[in-house]
Amino acid sequence: MKFTSLSETGGYNLPPCNIVNLCGFHILFDCPLDLSALTIFSPISTALYENLNEQTFSCSSSASHPKTEKLLDKNNLIPTEPYYKTVERLHLWDVSLIDVVLISSPMGMLGLPFLTRTEGFSAKVYATEVTARLGQLLMEDLVAMHTEYTQFYGPKETGLLQSLNWDELEALPPTLKEVLLGKDGTELGSWLSLYSATDVKECLRKVQSLKYAEEACYNGTLIIKALSSGLEIGSCNWSLKSPKRDVSYISSSVFSSGTAMDFDFHALLGSDVLIYSDFASWNGDTCVESENSSSSSVPVDCSTKSDNAHAWELQDFDESSEEMEKLNFICSCSMNAVKAGGSVLIPIGRLGIILQLLELLALHIESSDIKIPIFIVSSVAEELLAYTTILPEWLCKDRQEKLYSGNPVFAHEELIKEKKIHVFPSLHSHELLMLWQEPCIVVCPHWSLRLGPVVHLLQRWHADPNALLVLEEGVDTDLALSPFKPIAMKVLQCSFVSGLKSEKVPQLLKMLQPKLILLPDYTKPYFNPLNESLSCLFFNENETLSVPNPNKHLEVNIATDLASQLTLSKLKSEELTIARLKGKLFVDQAKHYIVAEKPTMSSKMMPLVHWGTVDLESLVLALEKIGVKGSMEKVKDEDEFGSNVLHVFEPNKGLIQVKETTTVISTEDENLASLISDAVHSLLNGI
Amino acid sequence: MAIECLVLGAGQEVGKSCVVVTINGKKIMFDCGMHMGYVDHRRYPDFSRISKSGDFDNAISCVIITHFHLDHIGALPYFTEVCGYTGPIYMTYPTKALAPLMLDDYRKVMVGRGEEQQFTNDNILNCMKKVTAVDIKQTVQVDKDLQIRAYYAGHVLGAAMFYASVGDAAMVYTGDYNMTPDRHLGAAQIDRLRLDLLITESTYGKTIRDSKYAREREFLKAVHNCVASGGKVLIPTFALGRAQELCILLDDYWERMNLKVPIYFSSGLTIQANLYYKVLISWTSQKVKDTYATRNAFNFKNVQSFERSLIHAPGPCVLFATPGMLSGGFSLEVFKHWAPCEYNLITLPGYCVAGTVGHKLSDKTTKVDVDKDTQIDVRCKIHRLSFSPHTDEKGIMDLVNFLSPKNVILVHGDIINMDHLKGRIESELGIHSYCPLNNETVSFPTTHFVKADASVKFIRSSLTPNFKFGKDEATEMAPVQVCDERVTQGILTMETGQKVKILHQDEVLTMVGAEQTEVEFAYCFPLSLCRLKGHVTDDNSLIRIVSGKISNEVVEFGVPDDMGVIQVNSFRLAVCKNDNCSFRISDGSTVSSDGTFFCCNWSIADKDLAWRVISVMKNMDSSVDSVSVAL
Ligand SMILES: [Zn+2]
Ligand SMILES: [Zn+2]
Repeated sequence: MKFTSLSETGGYNLPPCNIVNLCGFHILFDCPLDLSALTIFSPISTALYENLNEQTFSCSSSASHPKTEKLLDKNNLIPTEPYYKTVERLHLWDVSLIDVVLISSPMGMLGLPFLTRTEGFSAKVYATEVTARLGQLLMEDLVAMHTEYTQFYGPKETGLLQSLNWDELEALPPTLKEVLLGKDGTELGSWLSLYSATDVKECLRKVQSLKYAEEACYNGTLIIKALSSGLEIGSCNWSLKSPKRDVSYISSSVFSSGTAMDFDFHALLGSDVLIYSDFASWNGDTCVESENSSSSSVPVDCSTKSDNAHAWELQDFDESSEEMEKLNFICSCSMNAVKAGGSVLIPIGRLGIILQLLELLALHIESSDIKIPIFIVSSVAEELLAYTTILPEWLCKDRQEKLYSGNPVFAHEELIKEKKIHVFPSLHSHELLMLWQEPCIVVCPHWSLRLGPVVHLLQRWHADPNALLVLEEGVDTDLALSPFKPIAMKVLQCSFVSGLKSEKVPQLLKMLQPKLILLPDYTKPYFNPLNESLSCLFFNENETLSVPNPNKHLEVNIATDLASQLTLSKLKSEELTIARLKGKLFVDQAKHYIVAEKPTMSSKMMPLVHWGTVDLESLVLALEKIGVKGSMEKVKDEDEFGSNVLHVFEPNKGLIQVKETTTVISTEDENLASLISDAVHSLLNGI
Repeated sequence: MAIECLVLGAGQEVGKSCVVVTINGKKIMFDCGMHMGYVDHRRYPDFSRISKSGDFDNAISCVIITHFHLDHIGALPYFTEVCGYTGPIYMTYPTKALAPLMLDDYRKVMVGRGEEQQFTNDNILNCMKKVTAVDIKQTVQVDKDLQIRAYYAGHVLGAAMFYASVGDAAMVYTGDYNMTPDRHLGAAQIDRLRLDLLITESTYGKTIRDSKYAREREFLKAVHNCVASGGKVLIPTFALGRAQELCILLDDYWERMNLKVPIYFSSGLTIQANLYYKVLISWTSQKVKDTYATRNAFNFKNVQSFERSLIHAPGPCVLFATPGMLSGGFSLEVFKHWAPCEYNLITLPGYCVAGTVGHKLSDKTTKVDVDKDTQIDVRCKIHRLSFSPHTDEKGIMDLVNFLSPKNVILVHGDIINMDHLKGRIESELGIHSYCPLNNETVSFPTTHFVKADASVKFIRSSLTPNFKFGKDEATEMAPVQVCDERVTQGILTMETGQKVKILHQDEVLTMVGAEQTEVEFAYCFPLSLCRLKGHVTDDNSLIRIVSGKISNEVVEFGVPDDMGVIQVNSFRLAVCKNDNCSFRISDGSTVSSDGTFFCCNWSIADKDLAWRVISVMKNMDSSVDSVSVAL
């Protein structure tokens, strides 16, 4: 078994991407897009905005880099049709070598159409039914929003790569350059122009959807099971059973959630190898000091730059039960903003969070004396919300209880009927304009604040000090908000639970009792001290790690009818019984079987191997019994020593040469030859 | 290793389905139904046969319920709340959601009939709390050894067939199923499994049904005719299942024909049930599922709820009334009022259990006893809808053939159907089948594999993959099957106190601590190819000519290498220059000094080849002329 980490996790929106070679099959785990990289492009409306206000801002661009000035807009962003950053190291793999793709969450699917449309792609893709559907809706929205962008911008003339020459690259601001080229400056090739709606459709045709704990058998050899990870409705961890070893794969997981089914650990217990790749919530208090400080500087930065801004951080909430408190906090902040006459913009794409937030917001509005509308604006919102009402099997216990008691599993269905929530595909829809009132609360997809309704609404509200923007932590807020500056609206940044807390990981790993755990190298300081109780192997990004063989025999199931046909023979040492085994060996459901061949075995099988010594006297006796007579002769050849020769003269002439490990029979009489050979064999052990 | 199968209900009858199967020591109860035709102790399975002491928790590993029909779940609250079983219970999500409605509806009917209440509504709710819901195809590990899995069965919303396996033994219990899709449900679907036992229903084991379309049209025509002439249509159904299917059909027809005649549901129950159907729409047919976002098929447009006062209201109407089979309650009450009028129509969908009023009705019925004091004149038309959600004979045969289990047990049908089916299964498919009576036990040995540890070398030595593709033409229930079959040879070894091992032949010697001893054959003989020799200059050319000659008669024969040696498998042939070669064995009669000697050796595996080559060569010697002619 081999393991290669192609890219590490970047939080909820960027699950890790890994390749495992198991039993000769290449298995790719997730195929994400780095959406945060979208922030280097300028959103369309600001580009227009800039044109319109050319005079106002004419003095703002300094003339130090004339070429960059041409390339970048006033916010130092690239004003071209966005490109999408895929996993760089995946491009180094021959797509046709990938046998299986496992998709753990909708976010892990966003890069998949790039892969499936590649010539030579023939892998089988597995995802849960819900992940496949949510992923499809997400990709359809992305394509729609991108199309909206290109419709504004006109057909592309030059792509991103053509528009950049080396000088220009060199002249880019360091932040942009790092996003564009990666830390080691090699990632330019990972940028692709977006796939089409047809690509998405074709991609989904290649996905085989699974229920939780459904056993999918790949090629008879691998049994693949998706198990609830608790992160999002339908998202999963994986259990792979093969004849050689059982492998568990843990992606971002949450023990218990307010929407998704709980983390299911039962089928992950006792595996041979556990690949632990959930470091979305790795807080780094043990080792990733530097990353921590850079991320915490962001909100501060943001608040200092806007005159009247307040930034809260909700980083340190610990338990998933406290998720509710966070959501309630968002609600009360939203109510405060609304009371002050400001609108609330919530560009968050996490389904579970949004579903709960809608319910809570409705309660908060209900219990206050102001009646304001909630708008959900997304090209797929209506379908998405309808879909959430028909998947009770994928939800947490509390939601399922609602089903059994005859209540709606989510409140939004009723709220839409009661016209407390309005769902629209886009901001331009006529009905929305008819209903529009401010202040209001708008929920929409984030797309890194570059595509879709969020751009227009930020444009509209960024200068309103009473307005509130609720952002999920993870993106570089400073860069993300740069086209909308100056920002007067309040910014509330929240980190939602996106994975297991690192302090809980050792406990979990101990409980799961894997024989071996694969962990990223940077967690070494944390896990090395635990090496006594946990056997760990550490990997670096893009390094192929050979996982040692488990040194165990492979279990084979022998059919009883075959077993009963075996001719058992006891060896001299009485303790050992051996038998010739001949049958049909096959792999089914990750197990080896040997069954009898259809036409029953030929009655007599030639022995495959003989051992023992031929004692000359015994041989003479044995030969005499069958009427073969001869005389003994001791020969000492120059080249061979200790060879005994038996000259046979009855019933025909022949010669038997007996050496240490070889006996040679020589005669021109075919019958005599077999008589002698039978006699010799009778003196040997054979099987 | 054995399977033992105790049939507690639905043995040669329909009603109180309950089979207790012991697989390799694990006991599973499949279904826990009640018999609608009885009011005494016979309505429940005889649970005392499972455990005399009533300690069911220790006796049974789990209870599995296939669907919400009362003949499959009716006794469950009694079993858990009265008999005290507290172990695990499994059923699908829809069954868990809908069963309480069915149970409570029936409880009310019993109370309404003045019978002693067997369980309360609280009992039902408590019982359902103990249920673990499962999804289709989800594999559930009940305990270390027992795993179960549900497969889609059609029939009613949430109906499932259940697979169970312990060790190497495996079985499927079908419950009720339908092999053809209907208005709202898909057809049963199952993987090709290796089974020791299949327990299947056989309700329509002797019926081959015609096209569903014709029957639907007939139903719609009958209903339309009745309401067009001002009559009232009574459709006694249970709240769930048939009611929704027929309602989808009628609602659609009403739209198309622009009919305004009201369609009623007798109780809020059915309307409430429709809400469940909306949420659980992923369990319906693909066609219904696909439209959920635009119009949920269970949002009926023309349906209203029924008031008791409407029984005597003038004008036509269609009424779905519970319970089905006219087994009592409101449907029977309406029946009493509507049956005497010749314009009215009673449509009976589905099977009516013996003992119910529905069972007694036929076209020729003029009078029927509804209870011991009341006799009703029946003048209305009776329309028996033969579309039932059960599979027909062909479907059962297809399923048995598809799964090809080692044994079949038939339940949930009458003995005439069962005998017929049993005959066909045994003669056409060659599979043992049984039709046990209630409280009978059938048992058979199960599949068992001897577990052995194979060495890596042995596995590697197996031949290269040899893929075979299989597809079931007849039923197309499973995707194409690929299997990789290899013929292999190895050595099995058993050492006292150790697990059986399978080794490659080379590894055996190491194990017994010996070196291989070879037995070889050798023979050196002269050929007087004098005339042939005249044409050739050296031995290499000679042997090339000889080998060419041999190849004409021994097809597998090869060509000599640079050293003038021909080797085929273990057989080697070369010109021998050693005058003292010890393998020059001759009987002394034909030693020819000018002959060329050929020396060959081989091992036992190639002895046939060797003797054939030698005989060809010796013939060459005696027909030298023909050799020269050939040259
Ligand atoms: Zn049924
Ligand atoms: Zn039934």
